[in-house]
Amino acid sequence: MTRTNRWLIVAAGALALILLEARSAYAMHIMEGFLPPGWALLWFAVALPFWVIGFRRIKRLVIEKPETRMLLGLVGAFAFVLSALKIPSVTGSSSHPTGTGLGAILFGPAVMSIVGTIVLLFQALLLAHGGLTTLGANAVAMAIVGPLVAWGIWSGLKGRVPTYLAVFFAAALANFATYVVTSLQLALAYPDPTGGFAAAFIKFGTIFAVTQIPLAISEGILTVLIFNALQTNAQTEIAALDVLKGA
Amino acid sequence: MNHKSFGWRASLFWFGIVVVLAIIPLLLVQDSEFEGADATAVEAIQELAPDYEPWFTPLMEPPGGETESLLFALQAALGAGLIGYFFGFKVGQRRVRHTEHSTPMAAHQSVSEQA
Repeated sequence: MTRTNRWLIVAAGALALILLEARSAYAMHIMEGFLPPGWALLWFAVALPFWVIGFRRIKRLVIEKPETRMLLGLVGAFAFVLSALKIPSVTGSSSHPTGTGLGAILFGPAVMSIVGTIVLLFQALLLAHGGLTTLGANAVAMAIVGPLVAWGIWSGLKGRVPTYLAVFFAAALANFATYVVTSLQLALAYPDPTGGFAAAFIKFGTIFAVTQIPLAISEGILTVLIFNALQTNAQTEIAALDVLKGA
Repeated sequence: MNHKSFGWRASLFWFGIVVVLAIIPLLLVQDSEFEGADATAVEAIQELAPDYEPWFTPLMEPPGGETESLLFALQAALGAGLIGYFFGFKVGQRRVRHTEHSTPMAAHQSVSEQA
C-alpha cells in the first residue's frame, strides 16, 4: 500500500467519524452543583498545592523580573479573550479555547494555575458558567493539567522542530488535554450503571474529542500568531524569561 | 533551530484558517443551535444518574441570554483592549529605541518630520 493510499483511508475514516458521530459534545467546564460534594472537595485538594506554588512563583517573578509584569497581564488577557469565544464545532455544539498554552510557554505552568483560576472565577461569579463548587475540578483541568501539558510539549519540542510548530502543538494539545481531564472528572463522578468508569469515560470522551479537535487547532494557530507578534515586539521580556533558551 | 518570526501576510493567512474552521460547522451541521457543550454535559449526566440533584446553584445568574452575551462581550472586549494596549505600547517603545540608536542625522530627521 502506498503512503498516499494509507493517508486517504485515514482521512476518509476521520471524515466518516465526524459526519456520523455528529452528536453534541459533553464537556466544557463542569456546571455549578454538578459534582457531588466529595468529588468537588477532592479536586480542590488536588488544586491547592499548585495554587500555593503558583502564588509564590508570581510573587517572586514580580520582584525579580518586574519588566515582565506587563507580559503577565497580556497572558491573562489572552486567556480572558479566548475563553469568551464560544466557537461552533462540527458536532453541532459550541465550546471555547482556553488560552492557557501561551502563558505556560512564557511563564511556566505554576504561574498559569493562578491566571487560569482567575479567569474561571470570573466566569463562575459573573456568568454562571462553570461554578464555585466545581472551581477546583475546572481549575485542575484548565489551569493545571492544560498548562502542564503545554509546558511539557514545549520543553520537549523546542530546538528540535521550528519554534512555531512547538508553540502550535503545545497550545493545541493543552486545549485538548483540558477537555480530556474534564470528561475524566465527569466519568469518575458518574460511572455508567452497567459499564462503570470506562464506559462513562468513553461516553464523555469520544464524543467531545471530535468537538474539540477543530477548536484545539484554532487555539494552536492563534497562539502561534500572538507568540510570533511577541517575538518581534517583546524581545526584552522573552529574553528575561529565557523562553527561547535551547530553541 | 529556526525561530525567526514571519510577516503579516502569513499571519493573515493563518487567521483566515481559524475563521474558516469556525464557519465550516455552521454550513455542515444545519439542524443545530450550537448550544454550549456544558449544557449538553448536564443532559448526559441526567442520563447516567437520573436522580442526581445539583446541590448548589450559582450565586448570581444572568437573567437571560442577552445579559449573558453582554457579559461575554465585556470579557472579550476587556481582554482585547489590554492586548491592543500591550502591542501599541511595545511598538512605540521599539520605535523610540530605534530612533535613539540611529545616527544623529536620522534622529534629527524624525524630529523634524514630527514638527
